Amino acid sequence: MLKISTPCQSQLHSFITQGYPHETCGVLLGKQNNNTREILQITQAKNLNEEKPEVRYDLDPKDLLKADNLAKENGWEIIGIWHSHPDHPAKPSETDRQGAWSNWSYVIVSVTQQGIEDTRSWLLNGEEFIEEEII
Amino acid sequence: MSKVTIRIPTPLRTMVNNADEIILEGNTVREVLEQLTSQFDALNASLFNEEQELRHFVNLFLAETNIKDLQGLDTKVNDGDVISIIPAVAGG
Repeated sequence: MLKISTPCQSQLHSFITQGYPHETCGVLLGKQNNNTREILQITQAKNLNEEKPEVRYDLDPKDLLKADNLAKENGWEIIGIWHSHPDHPAKPSETDRQGAWSNWSYVIVSVTQQGIEDTRSWLLNGEEFIEEEII
Repeated sequence: MSKVTIRIPTPLRTMVNNADEIILEGNTVREVLEQLTSQFDALNASLFNEEQELRHFVNLFLAETNIKDLQGLDTKVNDGDVISIIPAVAGG
């Protein structure tokens, strides 16, 4: 399961509503013990996709490196990636599945003009995503 | 030969006995990675294609610079350098 504190969730939702109608993305930093992953910091990354930024994201690898450095400085690790689905459900697309790495949580947030609609987390299990409980 | 630290991202750590860093020797990025994949065979297919070119969904940074902006795999390394393996992250 994935633990997201209220401040982290607020930060995440703020990044996403400010970025609407484009997809926004970033990195989840924290700790994991047994079956629980706890998010302690959320960073935003640049979406390098210029062709279809409302439906695609290419996370700037420089921002992933910065997040990795921040995690190392604090004794954390990168535990996953977040991105938004503007005007679409918080479920992984086929593009998400093809680009996913194992052992990371993928938090997807559905957002509309009215605001945040849904927040879900997914884990790659073999070739398929399974939903991960958020607490 | 220079002694270099390679930082391993979470998704690839199961292939290197869960290590987050590995210290290896070499004169170039390519030589260091060859050392890495000779020790951890499973990693080879994740980093390189059949022509032994770096896969497009893997980025390598020497300190803060992507090796694509240097001399690629032929970039020279020095004692104490840090190479970070950074997975490409994309979706829709």
